[in-house]
Amino acid sequence: MTLIDRLFKDTPLATRREITPKLGFVLTVLLALVWLIPFLWMGVATLRPASDGINLMAELMPSLKPTLDNIRDAWEIGDFPRYFLNTTIICTGILLVQFVTITLAGFAFARLDFAGKSLIFYLFLMQLMLVPVLLIVPNLRIVAQFGLYDTLAGVMMPFFASAFGTFLMRQAFEAIPTELEDAALIDGASLSQRIRHIYVPLSLPSFSAFAIISVTSHWNDFLWPLMVINSPDKRPLTVGLSVFTATAEGTQAWGTIAAGTLMVIAPLLITFLIFQKRFISSFVTSGIK
Amino acid sequence: MSLAEPAALPVAASAPPRLHLAKRFSTRFKASLPAYLLLLPSLVFLALFTYGAVGRVFIDALYQRATPKAPVRFVGLDNISAVLADPAFTGAVVNNLIYAVGTAIPSIGLALLFALALSRTNALTSALRAALFLPVLIPMVAASALFLFIFLPNVGLLDYYIGRFLPVLPNWLGDSDIALYAIMVITIWKNAGYYMLFFLAGLQSVPEDVMEAAHLDGAGPFTRFRHIILPELKPTFLFVTVIAILNAVTQVDHVFVMTKGGPSNATNLVLFYIYQQAVEHYDIGKASAATLLTLAALMALTALSFRTMANREGGA
Repeated sequence: MTLIDRLFKDTPLATRREITPKLGFVLTVLLALVWLIPFLWMGVATLRPASDGINLMAELMPSLKPTLDNIRDAWEIGDFPRYFLNTTIICTGILLVQFVTITLAGFAFARLDFAGKSLIFYLFLMQLMLVPVLLIVPNLRIVAQFGLYDTLAGVMMPFFASAFGTFLMRQAFEAIPTELEDAALIDGASLSQRIRHIYVPLSLPSFSAFAIISVTSHWNDFLWPLMVINSPDKRPLTVGLSVFTATAEGTQAWGTIAAGTLMVIAPLLITFLIFQKRFISSFVTSGIK
Repeated sequence: MSLAEPAALPVAASAPPRLHLAKRFSTRFKASLPAYLLLLPSLVFLALFTYGAVGRVFIDALYQRATPKAPVRFVGLDNISAVLADPAFTGAVVNNLIYAVGTAIPSIGLALLFALALSRTNALTSALRAALFLPVLIPMVAASALFLFIFLPNVGLLDYYIGRFLPVLPNWLGDSDIALYAIMVITIWKNAGYYMLFFLAGLQSVPEDVMEAAHLDGAGPFTRFRHIILPELKPTFLFVTVIAILNAVTQVDHVFVMTKGGPSNATNLVLFYIYQQAVEHYDIGKASAATLLTLAALMALTALSFRTMANREGGA
């Protein structure tokens, strides 16, 4: 109990002797351990040699003879470098175009007065209400009409405009003092110069928050690329992993599946562990993506 | 607002008070032009993939092909009635309702527990928050790959550790009475940490001195929770509930990877049904009709969510 007491030493004196919060805390610790079990199994199974056989596959105690065979197999069977490249292209492409569209639109909403402003604002808001994931069927038809079926550009296009990003940038731009822009205006700076040299540099935290949300959601997107992409060499990581899992499941190669899954999620997990605080605050602002 | 294009300002100022309506409109339009140009890139893509897509759904829902190669013909509301009469669709709706309630309540409850337990910041709580948040980050497909093994009969993680205490080993994903609940476990595991963040943010607005005063008045932890914390968290609850329901409709990747809607449609959800109609049966008419019905249901819900967010002032 002394350990628990030490953890609770910063609570108000009056509540320090209560039992219920401590029980809740212990329960949360236990559940957090349960929450980590799938990840623990993934790590242990990745390093487990095939000679341990299927019956030891579930054992959470690591094998005494760890091997990298599973990682090698997954790498060779799965064409993961290609999937990585495709996912990277998709996420970067979407993000770069989004940066342009949300900066321009966010600036218009934050600083310009124009006819039909509230109407256009509601047009943007509609995108949040219409939950883009549900529109996969009509969007596939539209992408096909553009001749972009089975292309990475087709996967990216529906996400080029982002109402969420626009509102985020509008909020960030509104917080910037107008005096800064007035000064630049007196010096003869054009609209694009003012956006580039005043608004964008001062809003970098909002850009990074948006980048985190955008990249994680498109890194993890599955159903939409599954519909658009047909050729195996254009698959993103998620689609690649699902095909890989289906194949390896048939041969009961669970160590290889664990290794493949590990490779797919490792980049995001490592980035998260480095920029933990940033990730958490971005996700709080995300609400509805 | 003082920074409308400077060139436009003198024009507006020198305009005579009783300007012809059309002329006044064109002046206003000219003054607005820079804004329209800035909005244009976004509006083009919104027009194509949001409004265009909705229009497309409305039109496609009215047409049907007799055979895959036949030309489309106008069938009116036949697709809608065909979808409503399809037991696979009504089954998917029922499944989705069970799934929504069965994932929203436990994951929100757990999220609240986690947030209450980890509301103070120190090295240990940060580590625990990170552990609970990890599943949020990974793709649903990756989570499914891991849970495929967890639920594997006989040799899987669950049977290896827990199954030996049960009289009969259940086939978690193969038994149509259990499979939907197995699917729910993944969703709860994956989303509880996300909702926790909103409760953590909400708890910051609970004033510490009020809590302490309540304690001095003899209020125990449950009374304080019931009468101080819960009222303060009400907007967070509404907001998180809406997100949880939206997730229950839009996250179906695990259905695809783990069960493909089976056994015998026991885990089929609405969005997966739409996918099946479009991709497996090439039935765009029915897929569009089902999309339309789902959109209508969700529009009502999101309208509600925006009222919630307006109350929260800038929730998203």
